[in-house]
Amino acid sequence: MIEIRHLGKTFQTSAGDIVALDDINLTIADGEIFGIIGLSGAGKSTLVRCINLLERPTAGDVIINGKSMMSLPEKELLQMRRSIGMIFQNFNLLEQRTVLGNVCFPLEISGVGKKEAKAKALELLKIVGLEERTRAYPSQLSGGQKQRVAIARALATDPQYLLCDEATSALDPNTTRQILDLLKSINRDLGVTIIVITHEMKVIDRICDSVAVIDASHIAEVGKVSEVFTAPKTQIARDLIIPKESNIISTTGGRKLRLTFDGEEKTREPLISRMVLECGAPVNILFADTRIYDNVVHGHMVIELPNELHEAEKIMYWLSSNNVKWKEEI
Amino acid sequence: MLSSMFYKLWANGLIQMGIWETVYMTMIASFFSYLFGLPLGVILTVTDKNGICENRAVNSILGFAVNFFRSIPFIILMVAMLPVAKFVVGTSLGNKAVIVMLIIGASPYVARMVESSIKEVDAGVIEAAQAMGANKLQIICKVLLPEAKPSLIIGAAISIVTILSYSAMAATLGGTGLGQIAIIYGHQRNNSDITWICVFLTVIIVQIIQMAGTAIAQKTDKRIRNK
Repeated sequence: MIEIRHLGKTFQTSAGDIVALDDINLTIADGEIFGIIGLSGAGKSTLVRCINLLERPTAGDVIINGKSMMSLPEKELLQMRRSIGMIFQNFNLLEQRTVLGNVCFPLEISGVGKKEAKAKALELLKIVGLEERTRAYPSQLSGGQKQRVAIARALATDPQYLLCDEATSALDPNTTRQILDLLKSINRDLGVTIIVITHEMKVIDRICDSVAVIDASHIAEVGKVSEVFTAPKTQIARDLIIPKESNIISTTGGRKLRLTFDGEEKTREPLISRMVLECGAPVNILFADTRIYDNVVHGHMVIELPNELHEAEKIMYWLSSNNVKWKEEI
Repeated sequence: MLSSMFYKLWANGLIQMGIWETVYMTMIASFFSYLFGLPLGVILTVTDKNGICENRAVNSILGFAVNFFRSIPFIILMVAMLPVAKFVVGTSLGNKAVIVMLIIGASPYVARMVESSIKEVDAGVIEAAQAMGANKLQIICKVLLPEAKPSLIIGAAISIVTILSYSAMAATLGGTGLGQIAIIYGHQRNNSDITWICVFLTVIIVQIIQMAGTAIAQKTDKRIRNK
């Protein structure tokens, strides 16, 4: 278990002190995939670096398996880092080493014999699906393949935790999905607790169990992904979760309603169709973003009402009497 | 047409000897310059701001010493270092003394070359090694130096060429080699062909060093696609 307690980090620069993190408190349970989402500059990269003390916090502590990271002597800290793997946005592979050499690297520095290291590295490269490319150099690989090597390398010392710092931000959507699925399977099959730092909602959505929303050096919100995503309490969480709909263009100039679904049973039936049939009035769906958690639909939809006043009122009445939450969009 | 002096020198093997002495002095001096300059360059890098062993005091003192020696023209440095040469090798004359001066003159230069090569290593790779629990020595030996290798080799070719040019200058203080032949037989006895032959031979040696350096660097660099 990772416990982050009253963690703070202030950078001293010539232009004055910059507070990157302030009083951060998080508990990351073993076995889960924990997401930390925030806009750039929110402090999320600093936060993940404070977990393995690549950045030394200026306040508070990180307690991993009951041990205070801040009070570990240098030697034990290096030992501890071997049980916390890390992958990066830019992969950070050793360019002058082969794929195999890269995966052997953490084993070499922890004093594992060459033969044993090689066997272990080959086994890991098989898990990430790169057993054919062991002799290639990083410059010969695609971004997705590089991240696979980085994942194999991070897993070489059998870490209990894996920190992912914007691990998919440099990858295309397809490759992103493959890497996220690989992380999910590593979490499931190897029992590695994964901490994911990202600015992309879809990453959290796809693999995380819990999520913390970080904004302006503070944790704005934390909880199960299904809870935070369906009922965001803070504005920043709403901004991150609900995509900006600047491109919603009204086609007929009718009134627009935003419908919110948060898990009531009726969202499982063809609600809009029934409404249209029962009211005998057409609506225009301008925007819809819904997800399924625990077999219940959550999300938002924006519909445009007919210009005819009577039909529009009929629809609003129907929605209210069917307990659909709606709000007029201005 | 070549003067009779050239044939005399060639028949006596003096020109061949000169080539060998130049190469030999350059190699010995280069070896020792790297022996001192490489660790110095590493220390300058790791103690610098945001380095893995950031230490402002050590960095400023070493940086100042390196700049101090580098700012003195080699010909003046040689004269100033005569007592040092005498102390180290027991004489302030001849090639032994010249090699000592070459090392004193070139080590700071090498240190800066090494420093600039190592600084090219991506900070992210160093961070990854730290995240894996590598200690400082491991980062230096297994990350910084191997990752900077192609750049270090290019730097070495440039440094060796510089040392070669220093060695020719050392002829003014009794060093032998092509520089001495050019001064004594070319300049002082007014045989300009001999001077130009020395120039030509030096250019060839420099070309060989430079080409070998570039070729080795390219061969060792794994960053080039599809090789």
